[in-house]
Amino acid sequence: MKADVVVIGGGVIGLSTAYYLAKSGVEKIIVAEKKYLGSGASGRCAGGIREQFSSKPSIRLAKKSLDMYERLSDELNFNILFRQGGYLFLAFDEESMEELERDVKLQNSLNVDSVLLEPEEVKEIVPELNIDGLLGGSFNMRDGIAFPFPVVWGFARKCRKMGVEIRDFSEVSDILVRDGTVRGVKLGNEIIGADFVVNAAGGWSSQVYHMAGLEPYNKPVKHEILATEPMKPFLEPMVIDLTAGLYFNQSMRGEIIGGIGIPESPSYQMGSSLEFLEAFASRVTKLMPKLKGVKVLRQWAGLYDMTPDSLPILGETEIEGFIQANGFSGHGFMLAPIVGKLIAKLIATGESDPLLEPFKYDRFKEMDVEPEHMVVG
Amino acid sequence: MVKSKKIVCRCEDVTEEDILHAIEEGFSDLESLKRYTGISTGPCQGKSCMLHVIRILSMATRKDVNEIGITTQRPPVNPVPLYILAGEKDES
Ligand SMILES: Cc1cc2nc3c(=O)[nH]c(=O)nc-3n(C[C@H](O)[C@H](O)[C@H](O)COP(=O)(O)OP(=O)(O)OC[C@H]3O[C@@H](n4cnc5c(N)ncnc54)[C@H](O)[C@@H]3O)c2cc1C
Repeated sequence: MKADVVVIGGGVIGLSTAYYLAKSGVEKIIVAEKKYLGSGASGRCAGGIREQFSSKPSIRLAKKSLDMYERLSDELNFNILFRQGGYLFLAFDEESMEELERDVKLQNSLNVDSVLLEPEEVKEIVPELNIDGLLGGSFNMRDGIAFPFPVVWGFARKCRKMGVEIRDFSEVSDILVRDGTVRGVKLGNEIIGADFVVNAAGGWSSQVYHMAGLEPYNKPVKHEILATEPMKPFLEPMVIDLTAGLYFNQSMRGEIIGGIGIPESPSYQMGSSLEFLEAFASRVTKLMPKLKGVKVLRQWAGLYDMTPDSLPILGETEIEGFIQANGFSGHGFMLAPIVGKLIAKLIATGESDPLLEPFKYDRFKEMDVEPEHMVVG
Repeated sequence: MVKSKKIVCRCEDVTEEDILHAIEEGFSDLESLKRYTGISTGPCQGKSCMLHVIRILSMATRKDVNEIGITTQRPPVNPVPLYILAGEKDES
């Protein structure tokens, strides 16, 4: 059997890529997913979508992606429950405040309408916040959230309608490379020939690099998250305490969804911990005392696919036909539409969009990389 | 005209037709079917509908009931208020 493109990974990135490939007229596309669609980070994430980043390449990419999210329900003919309540960043220490000041300036220079806020202005946006010790914040009204699973399904449904073959519960175990060129993959017991293989394996992407004999820079790191019982809708924006590395928002079902970064060493482990619950609870109840009596219903975890500069790896490598779309370092859900579109363009036309240039796999060989600071959770 | 509907999941108001439709669309494993249709995610957490759903899925996909398996429960956190979780930390 022979395909034009095999996409490894049935998360938002792989499915978005497959959808835009089909839309560009590529005929034989196979998506291989080792479990069920969305079983990786995509179905476990908080659904946050923002333009507030600290580096030019990220801001440019995120802005284009947000443009696409605004139209995605229509594009997919599927309600992804997208809501633009803004992202509110809070700084409780000097360093975080300086970061916000620097970032807003840069964002504004790239036509992102984020603003710096005094503590009292923060309070106007979310009156339930305790602003003791708050130095200030930043806010961008256009940022928002969507429900992760409907995004996964919306892309999957469209893919199927357009003839993409989605193979769930099918694991790629090897990549065939000859003379520096990709020839295909081993999928279950089958060898499938392919001109292009896309590594969209999220937290498992380093395994896929190894299959093709490339050195991975990616590392899987566990991040935990929780959901509370539903409350009456009261919270518009996603709130991020940059000092504590905490974030929370209210989903359209009314639940509070949130997380906090606790130090983890790289591993594929995804167990839930009491340490996380306690760290989140003690910070969030100080920040928003209204949440004290709210009950936690569920907690779970997923993998961040981390790179040395916390920026994704996108595009070609020295192995011809082996294309990267991974290393999203905790912010790949929001980038899925634009990344899928540009990776599809690269494969279908051979043209690498300038937006992709800063994210090349090769950059780590040069070593002078400018890291993205706005990594949350 | 109102079609007669066979409700499978009462909590989330999901009919047999909804389930068959979802299976047809490709949500043909239990984990995806559950999330896509909402079955078993309501107050009863699947106690009254899960077996029905597994039977429907088994018939539609011609897979053995054992092969379909059962969905994994999230580590059941008994609903605990945040202040208690926060308090435990302060005492330690
Ligand atoms: C707790 C948490 C909160 C987050 N919050 C946000 C947020 O608010 N906003 C945001 O933008 N991002 C967020 N993220 C990050 C986001 O979830 C990811 O960046 C994004 O989902 C990456 O999508 P993906 O398709 O690349 O990866 P995944 O969804 O992980 O998909 C990769 C898939 O590849 C499959 N796979 C792996 N190896 C193989 C193989 N050999 N063969 C076949 N299949 C294979 C896996 O099973 C998996 O389903 C969060 C992540 C976590 C864990």
